[in-house]
Amino acid sequence: MQKNKLNYGIFLIFILFLLISQMIEFEMGKVITDNFLIFAKDMLLILPPAFIIIGLFEIWISREKIENSFGSTSGFKKHIYAILLAATTVGGTFVAFPVANSLYHKGADYSSIFTYITSASLVMIPMSIMEASIIGLEFTMLRIGLSLPLVVISSIWLNKLFVKLEYKLPTDV
Amino acid sequence: MEYLYIIMTILLIISVIFDRGKTWKAIRRGTKKLLKILPNYLKILVLLALIMSFSENFIVEYLGGQNILLGSLLGIITGSIVMMPGFIAYPLAGVLLARGVSYTVIAGFVISLKMVGVVTYPVEKEYMGVKGTIYRNVASLIITFILTFVMGLYYGEVLF
Repeated sequence: MQKNKLNYGIFLIFILFLLISQMIEFEMGKVITDNFLIFAKDMLLILPPAFIIIGLFEIWISREKIENSFGSTSGFKKHIYAILLAATTVGGTFVAFPVANSLYHKGADYSSIFTYITSASLVMIPMSIMEASIIGLEFTMLRIGLSLPLVVISSIWLNKLFVKLEYKLPTDV
Repeated sequence: MEYLYIIMTILLIISVIFDRGKTWKAIRRGTKKLLKILPNYLKILVLLALIMSFSENFIVEYLGGQNILLGSLLGIITGSIVMMPGFIAYPLAGVLLARGVSYTVIAGFVISLKMVGVVTYPVEKEYMGVKGTIYRNVASLIITFILTFVMGLYYGEVLF
């Protein structure tokens, strides 16, 4: 709680700085304001619906269902599910972190959630289409095709490591 | 992004039809979770606004250096630290490409941008724990190096 207050305080000071920059026509401050507005629009508007959907997910979806699709007994298909879920997660990693935590507490294992988080930004469909149109389809196909196998392999490896360490993700966040 | 609001509305309507009480519980849980983590998101927002204001010029100026190894390394470092929405990152990559920057450097930048997130640490550590965050990012960084190298080979830019 104390830490939250500090963070809000810093944020308020920052906003104040942006406002003053506008008033005294401070060039650097204006550039920062422009950047801030771009990111704020992208991030803050996505959070409320994302968290409501996470709330619905936690209340409605049974543990059994998640264990069957993303749990340690689910075999290789959990990686396919994780990648499909990642491809359709609006908001990329920002939204993927809380979703991954919820999945974990519903019985998903480490390898599914690591595959999910890392591929959330890698394969996001709208972003990949944009990338292909600007940099080239070949580049995008190559990047996705090469990265997914490596992401899955590293997730399996991290899973082994974390099981051995008996690592637990934070609860109640 | 509008889609997310549409999806949320549809899900809420379905949820209310089945169980009004559960729907309220879900909304309350979602709101509580959001309020708890919001300061961390705001912190990232401030960091990003500051970093981007200094780094956009830096990226355009320096990633196009003559040396491909140095360029890729700088690309990966910048990409690892910052995090950008695609509608900023890709036009930027397009500018670099138009300036003749090699695919290898762009690959390093784009891939690390997506996979490694130093600036998102305040949020990631809350959900994944400190160890989970660090291990995932280190693994992602290693993958970024491998991928950048392989893409460099593919485009015939590495190894002359």
